[in-house]
Amino acid sequence: MKLNLKIWRQKDAKSKGQMVDYPISGIEGDMSFLEMMDVLNEELITKGEEPVEFDHDCREGICGSCSLQINGEPHGPDRRITTCQLHMRKFKDGDTIVIEPFRATAFPVIKDLIVDRSAFDRIQQAGGFISVNTSGNTVDANAIPINKHIADEAMDSATCIGCGACVAACKNASAMLFTSAKVSQFALLPQGQVEAIDRVHHMVRQMDLEGFGNCTNTGACEVECPKGISLENIARMNREFFKANLKG
Amino acid sequence: MSGLIKSSIARKVVMALSGLFLVIFLGQHFVINITSVISPDTFNSWSHFMGYNPLVQYILQPVLIAGVVVHFIMGFILELGNNKARAVKYVRYNGKSNAPWISRNMIITGLVVLAFLGLHFYDFWVPEMVYKYVEANPQDATRYYAETVEKFEPIWRTVLYIVSFGLLALHLLHGFASAFQSMGLNNKYSPGIKAFTKIFAIAIPLGFVFIAIYHHLNPITH
Repeated sequence: MKLNLKIWRQKDAKSKGQMVDYPISGIEGDMSFLEMMDVLNEELITKGEEPVEFDHDCREGICGSCSLQINGEPHGPDRRITTCQLHMRKFKDGDTIVIEPFRATAFPVIKDLIVDRSAFDRIQQAGGFISVNTSGNTVDANAIPINKHIADEAMDSATCIGCGACVAACKNASAMLFTSAKVSQFALLPQGQVEAIDRVHHMVRQMDLEGFGNCTNTGACEVECPKGISLENIARMNREFFKANLKG
Repeated sequence: MSGLIKSSIARKVVMALSGLFLVIFLGQHFVINITSVISPDTFNSWSHFMGYNPLVQYILQPVLIAGVVVHFIMGFILELGNNKARAVKYVRYNGKSNAPWISRNMIITGLVVLAFLGLHFYDFWVPEMVYKYVEANPQDATRYYAETVEKFEPIWRTVLYIVSFGLLALHLLHGFASAFQSMGLNNKYSPGIKAFTKIFAIAIPLGFVFIAIYHHLNPITH
């Protein structure tokens, strides 16, 4: 398969970037998108050119490292997958593929296609945890009976891998889906109740401080989320936020 | 408290509550207007009540105007913040692949509705204020039907109203259901609420279109 890649190249955070054309051939449909990028980089290195920098780690859809805005969609045209799980069979011979970094003021570009997503870490650090004494006599989580449906819901929220596709997809670069998933995974469980008020307060405040946009309920985040995190999480976070404000 | 007002969630709720208030007003406005087609006498008497009842005039009317202003200003503030949140735009952004046009362009449909409100105020509210408070004319409970029908004689105004109602429908198709999500309501009742909001969003503007066309086609003959 022959393809024409249009890739965002940016030397560093301070430089002005631009789209650069890279024709590529010999791409098989069974290759993953990142393997196609590897082929391109091998060619570039052979020619003595700077390879294209992009984030990746596990390459099996669970770490949340890979990103890439592919033809205007985070993680490309397929659904419920990350970029590393996208296969080249989704494209046709002769296609032009536009590859950009996730765009958000809160996700500044570090180099080429790599963006700094540490804003998510700071939101998580602001309250996305429970305080458990791990001195050696920790009570097993399973010792507390939890309704199966509630446990499943909490697990659904906890499947968020923090890749940032929700921010990248949202026309407002809002981080509400990520933050709400991280609030929900604890809000649903008894272990999360002790710090519930502080959690939602601190995480929402941090989310706003990072400069993410406001949610306008377009639902783009839910559609593009590789883990299928639902908008119900945002509604739940809003309820948690009201409850927290009523209680103090 | 200042933290609450500044928070993105509280701002969404302000949009939702002011929007819902305007939706309720829209429904009430439609109920009165449809009587202009069914019974001109009823339309006259209801309009007269709305025009001279002190509760309506001095409390509901300022609250309504405040609702419009709050909804517009907050929408504008949110839009500015959203633009800032993605200062560098994508070269290619395939928005239609994951969200409908109406949800991505609320600012456009909203601004058209706002512009329409300007025309609507110029057509009805300003002359009403002049009649009552500037010229200080005596009360006349029979004038409203003729004043309304007369406005729809020119085709340009009728067309402008129809186009505006179309944009209002698009605004409501996303905004009405969205208000419930913003207020944290997403549960087993949501599909029913969504269905109701969509029917309302289409039926009420369509009803207004019908009224405009009806009066354009049935002018008062002098």
